[in-house]
Amino acid sequence: MLLTTYIIIIITGCSLFFIGRNKIVSISKAEDKRPHSLYIYYGFFPAILGIAPSLVLLSLWIGFDDVIFNQMLKNRFPDNLIIDGNQTVLILIAKIQNIASGIIVGKPEQWVISLAEKLIVWRGYSNIMIAISSILLSVTLGYFSLTKIKIEFRARIAVEKLMMIGLVVCSLIAIITTIGIVFSVIFESLRFFRLIPPLEFLTGLTWNPEFEGAARAGSDQAGLSSYGSIPLFVGTFLISIIALSVSVPVGLLSAIYLSEYASKKVRGIFKPMLEVLAGVPTVVYGFFAALTIAPFFRQTGSLIGLDVASESALAAGFVMGIMIIPFVSSLSDDVISAVPQSLRDAALGLGSTKSESIKKVVLPAALPGIVASIILAVSRAVGETMIVVMAAGLAANLSINPLDAVTTVTAQIVTILVGDQEFESAKTLSAFALALTLIVITLILNFFALQIVKKYKEQYE
Amino acid sequence: MAQTRTEKIVIDSLKARGKKERNFRLFGVSAIALAVIFLAILLVSIVSKGAPGFFQYYAIFEVELTRERLDPRGDMSDQSLFEGQAKKIINEAVLEFTGAKNRSEKKAARSLLSNGSDVRLVEFVKNNTDKLDTMQKIKFALDDDADSYFRGFIKKETPEKQRRLSDIEISYLDKMKKEGLISYEVSDYLFFGSASRNAEMAGIKGAFIGSMFTLAICFIISFPIGVATAVYLEEFAPKNKFTELIEININNLAAVPSVVFGILGLAIFINLFGMPRSIPLVGGMVLALMTLPTIIISSRAAIRAVPPSIRDGALGIGASPMQATFHHVVPLAIPGMLTGTIIGMAQALGETAPLLMIGMVAFIVDIPGSVTDPGTVLPVQIFMWADFAERMFIQKTSAAIIILLLFLMIMNGGAVWLRRKLERRW
Repeated sequence: MLLTTYIIIIITGCSLFFIGRNKIVSISKAEDKRPHSLYIYYGFFPAILGIAPSLVLLSLWIGFDDVIFNQMLKNRFPDNLIIDGNQTVLILIAKIQNIASGIIVGKPEQWVISLAEKLIVWRGYSNIMIAISSILLSVTLGYFSLTKIKIEFRARIAVEKLMMIGLVVCSLIAIITTIGIVFSVIFESLRFFRLIPPLEFLTGLTWNPEFEGAARAGSDQAGLSSYGSIPLFVGTFLISIIALSVSVPVGLLSAIYLSEYASKKVRGIFKPMLEVLAGVPTVVYGFFAALTIAPFFRQTGSLIGLDVASESALAAGFVMGIMIIPFVSSLSDDVISAVPQSLRDAALGLGSTKSESIKKVVLPAALPGIVASIILAVSRAVGETMIVVMAAGLAANLSINPLDAVTTVTAQIVTILVGDQEFESAKTLSAFALALTLIVITLILNFFALQIVKKYKEQYE
Repeated sequence: MAQTRTEKIVIDSLKARGKKERNFRLFGVSAIALAVIFLAILLVSIVSKGAPGFFQYYAIFEVELTRERLDPRGDMSDQSLFEGQAKKIINEAVLEFTGAKNRSEKKAARSLLSNGSDVRLVEFVKNNTDKLDTMQKIKFALDDDADSYFRGFIKKETPEKQRRLSDIEISYLDKMKKEGLISYEVSDYLFFGSASRNAEMAGIKGAFIGSMFTLAICFIISFPIGVATAVYLEEFAPKNKFTELIEININNLAAVPSVVFGILGLAIFINLFGMPRSIPLVGGMVLALMTLPTIIISSRAAIRAVPPSIRDGALGIGASPMQATFHHVVPLAIPGMLTGTIIGMAQALGETAPLLMIGMVAFIVDIPGSVTDPGTVLPVQIFMWADFAERMFIQKTSAAIIILLLFLMIMNGGAVWLRRKLERRW
């Protein structure tokens, strides 16, 4: 049904193109005058007006029809319905939708079936209505634009205006996405903070969201779930530190060598090789950490008498460090190469060795850029997810021992939100609060890094 | 030659300074060597684990394809074949070969072949209806434990209680080997099978098709929008607060961790718009938002690299700014834009975390037929397999990783090729 509507709209648009073009050709022949624009623009004008608005209408309708149906279903729920843990509004709606699509599990109640039947009817009406209204819109706009086609009509200007609107709308999507992220996260976080005070979230020392259901069911274990995020942040911090202590020395020294010492040929070989490290998917690193590095660390640990957890912060941090090497090295490389040659020449001219000129002149000059690259590496480490999920474990231990299993903010977000969940519980909402802090941290880091780079650029330009 | 005090200090320090210089260089070289070694270890460990994953052990048994038993309704329909006794026929062949007598022996003999053997027999019958009522030699996959035995992971020396195969099972396997029934071949399940809890039957086809659907959606959404945004910002946007806001937003989006995009997808597409979980459509939309900044930033660089003379020339002979842009600047910038887009797509192909959150981690056996069918993608499949304990899954996971890396290599290689071949230097 929808596909046919799409095809009809496209066909309408194409025919509008030819009608418009033929119309201006015949008008110009009859009046023996040249029109304002090229013929082709008189075809594009009705075609764009015929296609674009109807497609937008169609897509919006498809996006929003379920929202409206869900609201309508909710209003028709029986009055005496008990909404509790097992039977939330969302689950009931999903049940009705399933029955409407022909998936019947068990024996649903009579009112559920009758609502499902209603939903089928609504969907049918909705499809017919959207088909009619979008085709109607396409035809009316097309007809309207065809009537405008005259010899003095400035079709090119009109088409270009329409294109400009398209371009502006596209660039607005970046803003809309950011706003969408920020609002969806803030909105859900506020709901979380209504259940759990922000102070408890930010300063609590235990993270244990598992007993959510028990607490609400009023069992004896009530109160066992707790949402203190300190262990998660300590874990994130610990893993980031380990990752940085691998990636900063290796990345920075490689950048120095590649930009200052290496010949063009060597640079041409090794720079792409380092960049390969950034191109490997994180899930591959996670697998590598869990299967190769973690057992290796555990065996080495037991050889020298250390008790290393099978999912240790060390393994995850180490592998994450390998992944981040290119982030440090390639930006550092850029800023080191950007230091003016005159500074190096002056240092060498005064009799310093190459390494002295690098250490005393080039690096201090490039320091802001290097700091920025390290900050970006930190934000990368903080936001990294798969390695931690697969190799660092999920136990929220408050520990700064790198041999323990720890967990991070991102890993918790993933574990909380994977699988089916209800949006009403504090457990689900806590993931949004964590995401909010994560966004704030990475944006601040990113902001500072960009500021430093900007300032530094001005210095030499 | 008389030395001044200064000269003496300098000459004396030369040796130490020379040593420091050499050390510094050595540090640099060893840092690079370290990074390259890490890369080598990573690749070697994946390839060495994954190479055997492309192969598996099969056993060839001769079975009698009795028409009445396989196709009781006689119409060759799926339902009829499903009701047939494919499993029983295979089991009879195995029992006859092993000569199992009592119950435990029979049970051991039946457990040696993969659970999916009957499906394979039915497939064979469907494709070769003319061979019904004859004896046919058919290759069946071995069960993953039996497979592990031939690979040497399960050893005869281990006490019976501590291994996953009993003595009887091992003796049957040895007999098969001696009679030449066992063959070690390229695993067809890996390429044509879909998600399965049975290691020997698990394959990447479903995940691969899911990945393709997801990438297609991601491309359809992000490429036009990204290019349009880049064109607007580079060619038409006035320098004011509003465009500055857009630029800041694009930079911020590039910095947001990928999990957050998953949260956005969950909160907006699934919770607000009520779209179903686990479908490539939502996955592609989430990944599109993630790759947008990459595409916008590289497209802007590509447009900026087109010399102003092209634009000025077009404007000078009377083109409108829109014509100058779309007829002259954009076509010249397309190779650069495509390079950035391919790199963005490669990132999207390897991305896992956001897709976990919109439910693409579900266990789905059916191969998705459209973008609205539930499915999964390659990296998520790798993540799920990595969790399974069976020895064979480790190899299959590594094999899947090799396939994923190959695709990424092809894409990135294509991007480099495109840059070298098509990009013009002015």
